[in-house]
Amino acid sequence: MSISREDIEKVAVLARIKVDDEQVSALEKDLGNILDLVDQLSAADTEAVEPMAHPLDAVQRLRADEVTETNQREAFQAIAPATEDGLYLVPKVIE
Amino acid sequence: MHNKSVAELSKELESGKISSVELTQQFLDRLKSEDGKYNSFITISADQALAEAKAADEMRAAGKATAWTGVPFAHKDIFCTNGVRTTCGSKMLENFVPPYDATVTANFKAAGAVCLGKTNMDEFAMGSSNESSFFGAVTNPWGDKRVPGGSSGGSAAAVAARLVPAATGTDTGGSIRQPAALCGITGLKPTYGRVSRYGMIAFASSLDQGGPMARTAEDAALMMNVMAGFDPKDSTCIDREVPDYTATLNEPLKGLKIGLPKEYFSEQLSPAMEEQVRNAVREYEKLGATVKEVSLPNAKLAIAAYYVIAPAEASANLSRFDGARYGYRCENPKDLMDMYTRTRAEGFGNEVKRRILVGSYALSAGYFDAYYLKAQKVRRLIQQDFINAFKEVDVMMSPVSPSPAFVQGEKTTDPVTMYLEDVFTIAINLAGIPAMSVPAGFVNGLPVGLQIIGDYFSEARLLNAAHQFQQVTDWHQREPQ
Amino acid sequence: MQWDIVIGLEIHVQLATKTKIFSGSSTAFGAEPNTQANAVDLAMPGTLPVPNEQAFRYAVMFGLATNSEIGRRSVFERKNYFYPDLPKGYQTTQLEQPIVGPGHVDIDLSDGSTKRVRIHHAHLEEDAGKSLHEDYHGMSGIDLNRAGTPLIEVVTEPDMNSAEEAVAFAKKLHSLVTSLGICDGDMSQGSMRFDVNISLKPKGSDTLGTRTETKNLNSFRFMEQAIAHEVERQMDILEDGGEIIQETRLYNGDRDESRSMRSKEEANDYRYFPCPDLLPVEIDDSFIEEARARLPELPDARRARFKEQYGLNDYDAGILSADAKLAGFFEETVEHGKDAKLASNWVQGEFSARLNAEEKSVADAPITGAQLGALVTRIADNTLSSSGAKKVFEALWTGENDDVDAIIDAKGLKQVSDTGALEAMVDEVLAGMPDQVAQFQGEEDPKKRKKMLGGFMGPLMKASKGQGNPKLFNEILLRKLGG
Repeated sequence: MSISREDIEKVAVLARIKVDDEQVSALEKDLGNILDLVDQLSAADTEAVEPMAHPLDAVQRLRADEVTETNQREAFQAIAPATEDGLYLVPKVIE
Repeated sequence: MHNKSVAELSKELESGKISSVELTQQFLDRLKSEDGKYNSFITISADQALAEAKAADEMRAAGKATAWTGVPFAHKDIFCTNGVRTTCGSKMLENFVPPYDATVTANFKAAGAVCLGKTNMDEFAMGSSNESSFFGAVTNPWGDKRVPGGSSGGSAAAVAARLVPAATGTDTGGSIRQPAALCGITGLKPTYGRVSRYGMIAFASSLDQGGPMARTAEDAALMMNVMAGFDPKDSTCIDREVPDYTATLNEPLKGLKIGLPKEYFSEQLSPAMEEQVRNAVREYEKLGATVKEVSLPNAKLAIAAYYVIAPAEASANLSRFDGARYGYRCENPKDLMDMYTRTRAEGFGNEVKRRILVGSYALSAGYFDAYYLKAQKVRRLIQQDFINAFKEVDVMMSPVSPSPAFVQGEKTTDPVTMYLEDVFTIAINLAGIPAMSVPAGFVNGLPVGLQIIGDYFSEARLLNAAHQFQQVTDWHQREPQ
Repeated sequence: MQWDIVIGLEIHVQLATKTKIFSGSSTAFGAEPNTQANAVDLAMPGTLPVPNEQAFRYAVMFGLATNSEIGRRSVFERKNYFYPDLPKGYQTTQLEQPIVGPGHVDIDLSDGSTKRVRIHHAHLEEDAGKSLHEDYHGMSGIDLNRAGTPLIEVVTEPDMNSAEEAVAFAKKLHSLVTSLGICDGDMSQGSMRFDVNISLKPKGSDTLGTRTETKNLNSFRFMEQAIAHEVERQMDILEDGGEIIQETRLYNGDRDESRSMRSKEEANDYRYFPCPDLLPVEIDDSFIEEARARLPELPDARRARFKEQYGLNDYDAGILSADAKLAGFFEETVEHGKDAKLASNWVQGEFSARLNAEEKSVADAPITGAQLGALVTRIADNTLSSSGAKKVFEALWTGENDDVDAIIDAKGLKQVSDTGALEAMVDEVLAGMPDQVAQFQGEEDPKKRKKMLGGFMGPLMKASKGQGNPKLFNEILLRKLGG
């Protein structure tokens, strides 16, 4: 199955990855090949097969509601691109 | 010293013939002089290693030594190491120094092991040749210009080149086993949930599993004794007793029922490779094992299912790399959208971007059922094949890769060519069962790996089978020139 | 044209757990920015979520209290979108298999009728952080303390047909979650936030119209205003022959305006899929029974009990039972104050008025139910006049003194109830006012007589230095004047 330029551009916006025209052309070919590979799936008979999300049929363990974390802001913000007054700074958020 | 195994180094330290500081210094010196040829390390953490060595010597003096106390090793650069740069092979994390440890990292520290540094890898573990690393390709010690396999190519090359006796790896579709095979070392991908994933940077959460890479099965068992175990910080980690993996290494193999999945001895496999694998199986027969053919009818769909599920999970797992809180941020973003799209376009390499895009596409409206849901159903069919096969046999054996180490650049033009490198390993991750790669011969002077596949939580049996093989063969002892 | 209004609500309820839904970080409100945002909350590489048991317990309690099915197997999914207050780039939430299934809540309307509002489901999810829009060199500041706070999102069926019904439902839900103790109910801090889905259809039509969603309303008043505003906006469009666009709108309560939040060309595609870092959560019978055992008395039951036990009328019982903290305060007051009707008057009157005036919640009140009860006791036993009681209340509230009897003594507020002494005072006062006595006795009109009687009270209170019991003075006066 092939993937259109429009689909690639749309999905690149969803994934927040900037792509230029040249890259879209390369992706058209590469993603097309990958989707061809993936299309083998359609041949499988999966009637009445339960989807498998996890290798083990385990169930979730729940954690007791107890505070185990302490303030480590300084350590975390030491590796941040931009902070001020304890806040992470990003280009203006417009709602 | 550099030729000794973990078990042997442990004895040297215990006897007091050498201190950990001395040993660590020897390894660091060798690493600095030799790794230029391989580029197997992204970061060498000499200061931290010597501090850990000093602490290990004190631990021994205090009578608290474990088998690992003072023994040097390395971590794949996917495991977070407090205070030591952790890049995951990506420009995105080029300067990322985590203020926390992965659980696996913490376990080795608690045992007193000495981490020399962080090994090279395919970016975010996406690759089978180590060529997608932002920090450059790794050279296989067995052949100039040959790839070491991937994604744990740095760990495999470093162990094969005797730069470290052992290193950690991770395996999402074959990333421990295939580089172990291509570099002639021993690697184990444990059962999903056996080793904590906390602090191991995620590629595909339902497939990723950390495991040991070493020269011998005995050393792999020693690593498993440290790596395996329940972790309350990982919801998918299984709370189940951890055996002493070294305790059963010497069990006899008489009566072991070996299955050979016919689908794994297909036309994709070169006759020379097949011959080596069949020779290895014959060694097992000599040790008293019986052999029969089994079938995994849906195994042929594994690559297709994998290349939906892994990219889909990765597309979400890698969303956190957005330039806001850590890691790379593009220069002078003009607005929020610009920060996101340029940070991610510049910070990720091509293979990572391809997989994020494929994964986003497979999950997007209108395609979810045909791709993601379908792949999950096929995943169950694949798992069922293994469950059925293990009703008949104790272990299965197969090749690890279709061919030995290939030349750099040979498979980079079409991503799908590279994906087929994992044709014999990927189904194991989908099922979540354990499997090993064990050195089993050479083709054209390049190592060949034997894959030993086990049922859920049968790591001890796999290690036992590998160890017994290594008692009667010397493939794992061969040293690259 | 006549229109039917159709309203459905989505309500985010912050759960009052000690820690976040997927990490052991504290959820306490008001900490310095990012001091309660740790490795998991910040989505540091390699970190993993582990769900909080208490969040599930609270969600199950909510389900039980709203007659809802409990999801025996619930699954977390990832909702993918990029936003700076969402560190992982996805929100972990529930979609196909939520923890709470269909249920219902009955609401009381002003005309005395009740109405059943169906709950479609309620799911557990994580809250986002906050973007602070003050200008940091042209940038925004991000505080992730709130990121990962557990929420249940309650989704109703479109069963409400007026702002009154929607607000009644919202208040009922507020009353329920605070009574359950699963939410602090503090709307000014965002503990409950409402999204309102509104559509109009021609009166009597079976076909639903296109709906809009007005997001993030955080007070009942704004909710009521936003509904009125949106109904009017849609009506104007429809009556001009226009069409309603399905969109998300943002309401500005201060200006009574709304605007579209719809992002330009980009349609959202959240790419939901089951979160592979989490396993299905199975809720067994024992977990449900344990949650059931923790259910406190709920507002409807409490209201019935207040009527029965304290002889309150339906209105008073309704007001006092709706808020768990106010109900608790009232019961403490009665316990120490004996007279339930008087206690009810003081809790609803002076006490509530004072809280409102100072924008305080019951929990912040500077006086206890026991103190107010002691005050009520002194009113009931005639020790205090109503004006004296107000003085005592003031002294308690301002913290001047915390003991009712001590205040009465210190301020000399004790009424004289010795009838002999009071009678002597009455005789003396009446003797000095012969004209007024004659005038009173000659008057037939009871209203005028009552007013004239009041004319004697001033001199009597003066004679008693303000401490004479006015009720007794009244009785004695009437007797002496032959009234």
